[in-house]
Amino acid sequence: MSANAHAAVLVAVMAAFTMLLRFLPFLIFRKGRTTPAYVSYLGQVLPQAIIGMLVIYCLKDISFAAAPFGLPELLACAAVVGLQIWRRSSLVSILAGTAVYMLLIRIM
Amino acid sequence: MTAIAEEVFIMQTEQKSPGRGVIRQAFVTSIPVMAGYIVLGIGFGILLHGAGYGPLWSLAMSVLIYAGSMQYVGVSLLAGGASVLTAILTTIMVNARHLFYSISMIGRYRDAGKYKPYLIFALTDETYSLLCDGHAPEGADPHLYRFLVSLFDQCYWVTGCMLGSVLGAALPFSTAGVEFSMTALFVASFTQQWLTTHEHIPAVVGLLGSLVCLILFGPDNFLIPSMLVITAALTVLRPRLSGKEAAK
Repeated sequence: MSANAHAAVLVAVMAAFTMLLRFLPFLIFRKGRTTPAYVSYLGQVLPQAIIGMLVIYCLKDISFAAAPFGLPELLACAAVVGLQIWRRSSLVSILAGTAVYMLLIRIM
Repeated sequence: MTAIAEEVFIMQTEQKSPGRGVIRQAFVTSIPVMAGYIVLGIGFGILLHGAGYGPLWSLAMSVLIYAGSMQYVGVSLLAGGASVLTAILTTIMVNARHLFYSISMIGRYRDAGKYKPYLIFALTDETYSLLCDGHAPEGADPHLYRFLVSLFDQCYWVTGCMLGSVLGAALPFSTAGVEFSMTALFVASFTQQWLTTHEHIPAVVGLLGSLVCLILFGPDNFLIPSMLVITAALTVLRPRLSGKEAAK
């Protein structure tokens, strides 16, 4: 198999298995079959927990042992939280928070 | 104009073009993802270009795979000539969290009809974070609204990936730090959910569970353990949490 053909197979495999993971829960709990109470419960509580996990995921590569000790990330995150509480506009919080971060990594 | 006249005017304009209102609202909702997707997409395109794969590969991957972190990992799989089995296992590990997104959207997407296949296909981290609170503009078809948000997001992603491929290494690197918009998106989304719910235990479980797993397993291997710990903790807490839910 040529290198390009092998690469095409890899892309197809990655696409197929990503799709499979996204569709699987819908295939298992099809229309007509009631969703088990446990699954509905997970559907209610998981969103908040997963967003929390993604916050940690985004911050996973911060090094607290070396300068600037993760300060740009933490300060910019604090700015996002503060702005979100104050203005309740995700767009404002994200744009301003990103600007704060871009400024901090240049001056710290 | 008085407030009432203004309201009547708005109602009339919306009746004239019911489709345009929902397109505008979906676009506004999707704006926070735009910058992040275009920047991360450009990063992916540049990386893929460096591995020797041109714009057509970038297009195919961003349209068919459409999963940011998976595509980044995919570049190294392609460059290293990984086996099919490695590609399968890596995809399952990196993307297992999508099972959870889908599970939590089963109820919401159940009756989405013709939009359903694409809604499920396009359920990325960021689209999920925009749609998981269940908000949809009043008067608009919620399924059409969610379909448009999902579609806009993928358009940004494909645009970014193509831009990165075409511009390649020629792009100046003065934009350092723009990638923080992804973090800001999740932090804003987390804060917003915190402000709009009464029960904060799931949010705290997600944050602390992941943090403990990050410390125990390190930054490259903590996602799967985190998901297991979070699911286990929420299962243990179920009597307490669903009791409160019912009492509300």
